[in-house]
Amino acid sequence: MVWVDQIIEGILLGGYYALLACGLSFMFGVMRIINLAHGDLAVLGAFLVFAVANAFDLSPFVALIVVLPVMAVVGWALCRGVLERSLRAGMLVPLLSTFGLAIAIENILFEVWGADTRSLAPMIDTLAYDSWSISEDLSIGRLALLIFALAVVLLGGLHFFLARTPTGRAIRAVAEDADTAELVGINSRAVYGLAAGIAVATVGLAGTLLAMRATFDPYSGPMQLIFAFEAVVIGGIGSLWGTLAGGIVLGIAQNIGAQFHPQGFLLGGHLVFLAILGGRIAISAYSGRRIARRAPAPRL
Amino acid sequence: MTTLGPMSVERWTRASRVSGVAVTMLAVIFAFGPLLFGANMVDKLTTLFIYVILAAMWNALAGYAGLVSVGQQAFFGLGAYFAIQLAAHGLAPYPSLMVGALLSGLFALPLSFFMLRLRGGEFSIGMWVVAEVLHLLVNLDKLVQGETGTSLISLNAYTPESRRAYNYWLALTAMVVLLGLIFAFLRSRLGASVQAIRDDEEAAASLGVRVLAAKRTIFVLAALGCAVAGTLWLATSITFQPKTNFGIQWTAYMIFMTLVGGLGTFEGPIIGAVLFFIVQDQLGDIGVWYLAGLGVAAMAFAMFMPRGLWGAVEDKLGLQLLPIGYRLRVKGEP
Repeated sequence: MVWVDQIIEGILLGGYYALLACGLSFMFGVMRIINLAHGDLAVLGAFLVFAVANAFDLSPFVALIVVLPVMAVVGWALCRGVLERSLRAGMLVPLLSTFGLAIAIENILFEVWGADTRSLAPMIDTLAYDSWSISEDLSIGRLALLIFALAVVLLGGLHFFLARTPTGRAIRAVAEDADTAELVGINSRAVYGLAAGIAVATVGLAGTLLAMRATFDPYSGPMQLIFAFEAVVIGGIGSLWGTLAGGIVLGIAQNIGAQFHPQGFLLGGHLVFLAILGGRIAISAYSGRRIARRAPAPRL
Repeated sequence: MTTLGPMSVERWTRASRVSGVAVTMLAVIFAFGPLLFGANMVDKLTTLFIYVILAAMWNALAGYAGLVSVGQQAFFGLGAYFAIQLAAHGLAPYPSLMVGALLSGLFALPLSFFMLRLRGGEFSIGMWVVAEVLHLLVNLDKLVQGETGTSLISLNAYTPESRRAYNYWLALTAMVVLLGLIFAFLRSRLGASVQAIRDDEEAAASLGVRVLAAKRTIFVLAALGCAVAGTLWLATSITFQPKTNFGIQWTAYMIFMTLVGGLGTFEGPIIGAVLFFIVQDQLGDIGVWYLAGLGVAAMAFAMFMPRGLWGAVEDKLGLQLLPIGYRLRVKGEP
């Protein structure tokens, strides 16, 4: 029964990872940028919600109404100020500039809010620990289920937006080929800005949910970046539903790992990630060799 | 020197010959460091040499092979861990440090078959995950006692004075040898191909450049260098704490030093290391603001001055103190 419980919890945790990762996946899909400040932006969102909720004595959910648009503007500004310029400078520069940004965000958060570990759990009443009992030793946390549902709604909404709306079509066109999209009258700069705004807003939401279900501090970001990246890679880069599947695999691996050893939580996730990456490399190397063998050398 | 009619191809210019002599003289003066400088100065220089090694290694990876690793702390920490293990099994402390570094560098060889298949950001975060996994595995070792850590106790057999001098000489030798290796490598055929790969991997491959072999050489060399730096750090601090030795901050330092000094230039990382050392020495006590400043500076240099301070000097003055390329000289022109 312990195992069933762990697997269910792993699946629900996967919902959080999917929510966390979808911004990373989306930004990579549209701009071909892996934003190394992704995790720190999530933590920034958590701190903003914490500050707004405290200052005005609001529920964190209400504070989100203020913070999410702010995060969207942060994303837009990030795109205009950093990402666009970095993209023009070559493949490596976005990695370098977003890494620098990550270091800056972490340490500024530390200077402003100090080293304390915080949580939003005390601000959401009983939601933090309420659960539904399925049987005597099996129960499902309400918050975990809510996060999972939010992830499905968000991914579904994003999918619908990209597939069915004119703006979504413009985003897909720019993702495919920005220069050609310009030729047919799409403003690729505006599209990049919009995509970054959406991505960073979802990251802010993910950070807030992290703060509700666990704790956070100014240096929590890098680990969240790693989790998000692992979920994206396990599920296959560029696929939104794949990200959900990747998050679930990651969540289950971590929860099963935790059963063996206190360190197994992190180790389990990392090892599954490396195994899947290795498997994919082996498959592509093998199929590459097969194709090479099958194709005869061209005769002139 | 090849002469082509009124043109000639040359490697060493007058400026670079002068600087070559100056660098050699500086190294000779440094060799007498513990006899000339005070204890505090010797300690500081040892740290500086470690920083130079780290910056040069990261620059070799990113600036020449186009590999942005955010996981070089893997080798930094692993070298120190191997040294601790070897010393615990009875090897003398200084041989332990050297063999530990070699083993950690050797570990990069099998790892390269996996990691070098990854591209761009995948490689970056993949390396980071490798570093995290090694950190967690080392934590499991009873000898290390989890995050509590342990120390290289056998180093206490030496007096603090002789230890300080040995560490200094070891760091100086390691720096000179590693910089020399990179310099020789970049001037070799394989070095030229590595730079071709950085500029355009597919074009280089289509010209018959052995992309993987060249990248692998740099990857293993950079791993070895970071491991050497890690064991030197262990020699100066004596304590080994997984969280510190496998910390991401090492990579942050490397990126800052390289970007500010000059990515893809030979001299740049050395200048970056000196600057970083001064910044840390002067501003270390204003808290983490200086770290935030490092992040902003790295970001600004990446975007606005991608070849750093030295790149700007090179472009403006055409100055190359330690030449790794060739230059075409037309007679009658300077």
